[in-house]
Amino acid sequence: MSRYFTKDHEWVDVTGDVGTVGISDYAQGQLGDVVFVDVPEAGKQLTKGADAAVVESVKAASDVYSPVSGTVTEGNAALADDSSLVNSAPETDGWFFKLTLSDPSELDSLMDEAAYASFVEGL
Amino acid sequence: MSDQSSIIDHADDYVALEPQALPLDAWHRAHGARMVEFAGYLMPIQYDGIMAEHAWTRESAGLFDVSHMGQLVLTGGDVAAALETVLPGDIAGLAAGKMRYSLLLAEDGGILDDLMATRLPAENPFASEDAEPAGYDPLRATGEAPTGSFYVVVNGATKYDDVAYLLDQVSDDVTLNLLEDQALLALQGPKAVDALARLVPGVEALTFMTAGAFAWGSVPLWISRSGYTGEDGFEISVPADQVAAFADALAAEPEVKPIGLGARDSLRLEAGLPLYGHDLDPEITPVMADLGFALSKRRREAADFAGATRILSEREHGPASKRVGLIVEGRQPAREGADVIDQSGAVIGRLTSGGFAPTLGKPIAMAYVPLALSAPGTRIEIAQRGKVHTATVTAMPFVPHRYVRSK
Repeated sequence: MSRYFTKDHEWVDVTGDVGTVGISDYAQGQLGDVVFVDVPEAGKQLTKGADAAVVESVKAASDVYSPVSGTVTEGNAALADDSSLVNSAPETDGWFFKLTLSDPSELDSLMDEAAYASFVEGL
Repeated sequence: MSDQSSIIDHADDYVALEPQALPLDAWHRAHGARMVEFAGYLMPIQYDGIMAEHAWTRESAGLFDVSHMGQLVLTGGDVAAALETVLPGDIAGLAAGKMRYSLLLAEDGGILDDLMATRLPAENPFASEDAEPAGYDPLRATGEAPTGSFYVVVNGATKYDDVAYLLDQVSDDVTLNLLEDQALLALQGPKAVDALARLVPGVEALTFMTAGAFAWGSVPLWISRSGYTGEDGFEISVPADQVAAFADALAAEPEVKPIGLGARDSLRLEAGLPLYGHDLDPEITPVMADLGFALSKRRREAADFAGATRILSEREHGPASKRVGLIVEGRQPAREGADVIDQSGAVIGRLTSGGFAPTLGKPIAMAYVPLALSAPGTRIEIAQRGKVHTATVTAMPFVPHRYVRSK
């Protein structure tokens, strides 16, 4: 499994052609208390860089973009009951959706963990 | 991921210059605040997190820095009459140490700001030889100067415009001082009185909307029992060069934690209190804003304030639209700027504040809707980013006020 990050603070774990997407620990820290997450339904076609989900904190709504193109296989139902998983476990149980990648070569333009860490360091 | 809306973004409406640091800037940073630009100043938006800070204020005592707000002292001439030309409240009738919420009105009745006006007693920390009212005779003093002087607190984003407007409206014999060397703190919550009375004995005798001069050691303080969270609490004017020491002393009390702007916004929304620049602006009149209580009976009868003809007509016949509270169904907050729509999808109103209410555990909002849809219980629809949400008009405050009125 490999993990990639975007400059917009999404992460995607990739195993074969299946990706799991969430937002980074840095992003949840910036958002503060998450009170609602709107995740895409299975079957939805997503395009790299386009709107995929919405995460709402007490103070603001933020768009979450899909790091890669593909077809959604599952939204994280656990977030409907407990959106605070995004704060407590942003890079594990607080994932947003899974998708089947339509073009794995898109991963080449994303950052690995080390590159993302230094990107965040510079913010 | 990108921010779509936040109180930070809204602040950009007002900000053109480099943000300025307030007297407690270093203090906030030392206490772990995340600082953002608001109303032209760098301000703490949160320390531990908005939900935790909100809950702390509702249960204990939250310390807020509101030093960006404008503190004015008006003295001389017939200052009460001068203020009454642009404020629709009974200002002349205020006794020393009594305060009133009022609205600064444009000539057409639109709201230029909302503010608190207090009649100062002769003994107050702002009194100086310069500020002493003309004709003031200490031998005749009965706790109140004959012509009177007033302490007025206005919004930070509007304070310079307010000063210019007031100077234009009041006669030349009224002196207006913008107190730029005074910081302003708010201590809000059910245990605020316990914490503050330990440092400043006597404040417990104040009741809601009264104020007086106090001291912390040799530091003069002007303290009112007021605030904008719906809780009991105080606003404290402190010399800027002493405010860090006083904030240290307050924060050392077990009931007190510093609280950021984020929780201040969610607290005032739950309290049903409008925020200038969002729920109030020059297009809105006091009647549209459902702030009819700010129109004192004597002033309505005299109809002698700016915009009186229009405002009193709206009061009699009903305004076209009115500010209401909304409880939004589901968990997703509806935000400022979202449209209120009718069954055909046409836009008939607009949300002016909206967010998640930590005390209630659900989303709430304020909106302007047509008068026919303003009764509590009315269901309305909100369009936001391609989705339609249902909401119910609800009497405000959303969370009951806990002000300490006369004993």
